[in-house]
Amino acid sequence: MIKFILKRLMYIVAALFVIVTLTFFLMRIAPGSPFASEKSLPPEIEAALQEEYGLDNPWYIQYKDYLVSTAQFDFGESMKYKGRSTNDMIAESFPISLTLGIEAMILAVGLGVLVGVVTALYHNKFPDYLGTTIAVLGISVPSFILAGLLQYFVGLKWQLLPISGWNGFIYSIMPAFAIAVTHMGFIAKLVRSSMLEQNSSEYVKMARAKGLGKWTTVFKHTLRNALLPVVTYLGPLFAGVITGSFIVEQIFAIPGLGKYFVTSITNRDYTVIMGTTVFYSIILLFAVLIVDIIYGFIDPRINLKGGKK
Amino acid sequence: MKKKFSLLVLLASLMLVLAACGFGGSDDKSDGDKSSGGDNSADKTLNLSIATEPPSLNPQKATDSTSGSIIRNTFEGLTRVDNKGEIQNAAAEEVKVSDDKLTYTFKLRDAKWTNGDPVVAGDFAYAWKWALDPKNASEYASILYPIKGAQVYNEGKGKVEDLGIKVVDDKTLEVTLENPTPYFLELTAFYTYMPVNEKVVKDNKNWFSEAGDKYVTNGPFTLDEWKHNDSITLKKNEDYWDKDNVALSTVNVKMIESSATANREFDSGNLDYLGSPYNVISLDKMNTYKDQGVLKSQPYAAVYEYKLNTTEGPTKNVNIRKALAMSIDREALIKNVLKGSQTPAMADVPVAIAGFENDNNLFEGNNTAEAKKYLEKGLKELGLKDASELKIAISINTDEGHASIAQFIQEGWKKNLRIETTIDNAEWQVYLDKVSALDYQVGRMGWIADYNDAYSFLERYDTAKNGNNDTGWENKEYKDLMTKAVKETDEEKRMEYLKDGQKILMDEMPVIPIYFYSNEYVAKDYVKNMAPDKLGNISLKEVDIEK
Repeated sequence: MIKFILKRLMYIVAALFVIVTLTFFLMRIAPGSPFASEKSLPPEIEAALQEEYGLDNPWYIQYKDYLVSTAQFDFGESMKYKGRSTNDMIAESFPISLTLGIEAMILAVGLGVLVGVVTALYHNKFPDYLGTTIAVLGISVPSFILAGLLQYFVGLKWQLLPISGWNGFIYSIMPAFAIAVTHMGFIAKLVRSSMLEQNSSEYVKMARAKGLGKWTTVFKHTLRNALLPVVTYLGPLFAGVITGSFIVEQIFAIPGLGKYFVTSITNRDYTVIMGTTVFYSIILLFAVLIVDIIYGFIDPRINLKGGKK
Repeated sequence: MKKKFSLLVLLASLMLVLAACGFGGSDDKSDGDKSSGGDNSADKTLNLSIATEPPSLNPQKATDSTSGSIIRNTFEGLTRVDNKGEIQNAAAEEVKVSDDKLTYTFKLRDAKWTNGDPVVAGDFAYAWKWALDPKNASEYASILYPIKGAQVYNEGKGKVEDLGIKVVDDKTLEVTLENPTPYFLELTAFYTYMPVNEKVVKDNKNWFSEAGDKYVTNGPFTLDEWKHNDSITLKKNEDYWDKDNVALSTVNVKMIESSATANREFDSGNLDYLGSPYNVISLDKMNTYKDQGVLKSQPYAAVYEYKLNTTEGPTKNVNIRKALAMSIDREALIKNVLKGSQTPAMADVPVAIAGFENDNNLFEGNNTAEAKKYLEKGLKELGLKDASELKIAISINTDEGHASIAQFIQEGWKKNLRIETTIDNAEWQVYLDKVSALDYQVGRMGWIADYNDAYSFLERYDTAKNGNNDTGWENKEYKDLMTKAVKETDEEKRMEYLKDGQKILMDEMPVIPIYFYSNEYVAKDYVKNMAPDKLGNISLKEVDIEK
């Protein structure tokens, strides 16, 4: 087990190195400069700006600087937001995205599993059709449409929830729902299909033959096995939702992390691009690792000896 | 197995605990108590929004109108421009201008920084020298170039001692200019010219990145709170010299990136004002507000233009350029695409600029017959038989609005001149590089005046090397006129030079003016005295609320 984790940690370091390298060179190749502005700068000032951020050095020096700063988790000052360090920007906005993401995740998993179980139990009956329709709608309606509609009706027309901002739990309901719906639909479909698979397996038939009730069988036996694919899906989902959604944050004016992934690139804000990329990679890699570990717990067939057969 | 499941449950509950602490609400509640519990009898709060986090609240580092909209109300320059566009003395009590119009002597009034220090002439000198120091890489330093020696110093060739900035005593600042600059007192109201507290800045390099004790200001409002990416709260500055004339006690500025969201917040009554620089009215709401009769509009000293690459391709030919300029139906464009009260532009200097109200007729805007004549002439010169052999590419930066305008113009050129046009787009940072490298044929650009003077627009084309020219065009006669205008002390003659210059520009047409901007806004009816001036700025000092 510990050996497995250590080995995986080494992979994570290697993966981070590759990611930083790729990001660095992609940033160099991409046209456009962080200091281009509508009103042109005298060349002397542009040179001074380049120097301030070390962009006047040859590429290998810059590459080395990036590697060193990444190793130290100090990404430097933003090129767009003067006097603000990338670390501060992430540290301030991440808790907000995390909160919203976890709320969305609880909604997505809770509702998704519920809908999935119900649709599987009432296979080819009305609840199945209703649940499947909801799930498919959830997957196919883009979050910005849903967010816009929610904001217009719930926020503006009926005045039930605040339209935008981030000042307490009540502000998080609509955005969390907007993020959750797509994932909810996906989880519902996953749970439904693997529940159906389990329902025809012998241990379930056995349990039913022993006289266990429908729901008791579900909770005691089927669900546990049916959730395996969901757990696999949860890792990337977790990394995805807790780092924020650009669109939902934009629509609900939430000061989260999501917007930096997009705006840092359009601004060519190199330090922030690197900071957010490394941060996201770390979360994603660790989420996948944790999922693998949890997997070992809930499915005894999987052992974590690390590839030795 | 059960144990392992309880582990999962534990994990989930941990998440819940985490979730409970990140909503950021507690901070705000205490704040709400403060404002409602205060015994201020006339508690006047204005709710505004801006589209993004201000990139910099350091007056010498700011380059954009969002930052400007906060800085202009927290800091105060020697002069200020009120909401009618009039220049008022601000930090300066008295201004003396020498007969040759080259020396300005400012007598400062007794005013205080928010940390209690007096505002002295040295603070201005320090701020200006700081901005001009090439080491500090202030991106807007060029606006200080009218000051003697400023340009050479900023370009790293001059010495700081040679600058025309002289601190006579704590209350007197003497500024010598390079050339007579009739709009200099307007410049001193611009944020790059605002003072900073020398001690504070020297102690802390990043004094401007957070609200609090270090953010020391001298304007009508203080920066009470700055929640990055979320909101800014301004409070009336109780130490401000003219505080009796500041009506508002609090200004809440939310950051809302989506203009649709901002419009909904306005409709539901959470915002009191909508219009640049405090967010914009989204295009689809324009007609709604118009129908309700609440949409107001102010002229804006800004031009939307299509630059032409005069160094290669078909746009090298002046007759082709003229044909393109003359075959755009600007009125239909404004009516059907823009839907605001913009003005069709048949000149490069906006009608909002003083003295240029009647000069918007330098070519015919929508004259297909005339345009065809120029086109034929141009085709002959290029050795082409038919207009369909011309291929023209319009470049824009990625944006829905610019794309609709480009499509409208594309359609017009095809219908009227039978010229095939393609549209290509690029993201902003890439686009800017592309245009300045002359890697385009027809490129969209906008220009907003920093000061209310035609020179702000015409100066861009004085040489091909000018960083804001982007067309490769130059003309000796034009350049001479600009040089003469700069040296001239007689206002009438100077105006004549500028007007003659603009005639040459429009005759050679390196740039096609499309329309002059207007500033559309809506305000709740209890908001008084709030309107943008011609440069798109709003002075919150004068704004009042009468509920």
